[in-house]
Amino acid sequence: MIMETITNFLAKNGLVVAFLVTGAIMYAANFLSINAFKKKVPGAAIAIVFGLFMAYIGGVTTGGKNGIADIKIFSGFSLMGGAMLRDFAIISTALGASFVVMRQSGIVGLVSLFLGVILTFFAGAGIAYVFGYTDAKSMTTIGAGACTYIVGPVTGAAVGASSELIALSIAIGVVKATIVAIGTPLVAKYIGLNNPHTAMIFGGIIGTNAGVMAGLAATDPKLVPYGALTATFYTGLGCLLCPSVLYIFMKMCFG
Amino acid sequence: MTIYGVALLAVCYIVGQLFGENLGKLLGIDANVGGVGFAMLMLILLSDWLSKRGFMKPETESGISFWNQMYIPIIVAMAATQNVAAAISGGLLAILAGIIPTAIAFAMIPMLSRFFKPKNTEGGHDHGNNH
Repeated sequence: MIMETITNFLAKNGLVVAFLVTGAIMYAANFLSINAFKKKVPGAAIAIVFGLFMAYIGGVTTGGKNGIADIKIFSGFSLMGGAMLRDFAIISTALGASFVVMRQSGIVGLVSLFLGVILTFFAGAGIAYVFGYTDAKSMTTIGAGACTYIVGPVTGAAVGASSELIALSIAIGVVKATIVAIGTPLVAKYIGLNNPHTAMIFGGIIGTNAGVMAGLAATDPKLVPYGALTATFYTGLGCLLCPSVLYIFMKMCFG
Repeated sequence: MTIYGVALLAVCYIVGQLFGENLGKLLGIDANVGGVGFAMLMLILLSDWLSKRGFMKPETESGISFWNQMYIPIIVAMAATQNVAAAISGGLLAILAGIIPTAIAFAMIPMLSRFFKPKNTEGGHDHGNNH
């Protein structure tokens, strides 16, 4: 009876619960960063990995697709971590970003966007081929999924792929977002990701919004606005290219 | 007042996102094209214009910088709502198709960065507050 009252109360005030839980995660992550990792791993990176782990727990225990937010008392996470507040907070990072740098790196940002979508698409389609998906429809959907988990289903629906294939393309996109979130701070040093110029290239060529934003936040929060600026065009460009020119190209090659 | 800053951020959000939605429609695709990017550029230009005219008071700016500081916790919350279980249960193909193309893209970054060097290379120290 009391448990039920508490559960209902927490579910009803979900956003506030999410603030509290996220605050506790950030505290624990920063504590670990300082005391266990000697600041070599940023607190934000630990917190993001912990968030992904919570998402896994939520998905496994409920069978839902919204991670921890599918557990009733944590339902507020879907509002706090949803697209609205995420984009609102991302846009605020532009205050203090340098317009001059953005303009200087505009061209390379554009180049990296096209290169990112096309390269990723063909690499994904190639892996599909190796796994025995040799028709244009399947290869296109899987290649699009390798771009982002939005490009995948949008493209799959446009070319008339089966729902299993569309689900697979979403899974591929989520793997990408996850690996970018975890991997970016680890490889940042080796790819020279320590300045706004490279951050704009990174955002353009990687493109998966959630991954780029989380990866840059864990690497250096100052770079976030630059990566976010280019990454925001990636999904749109992918949805534009994959079901059209890239699909036509695949059809010509594989029928 | 703090709310002026929040409202300024909101107007940039709405105009930018609507622009991105309509650009998507215009291109005939079911996705927002660059909405966040347009909103960011609008915020940079608008706040610059306002501060030159003395309208950007510290309290106004605090309404924006609050969200700036909430950004990492929001990303953590976003991470916690990703469909990680599906990603893992997608099998070997999902994992390889998620990782290999991404690794190739990562490998291209240093090359692109060198090839398109900005004219005045100030390295990593050019995120000056220009407002």
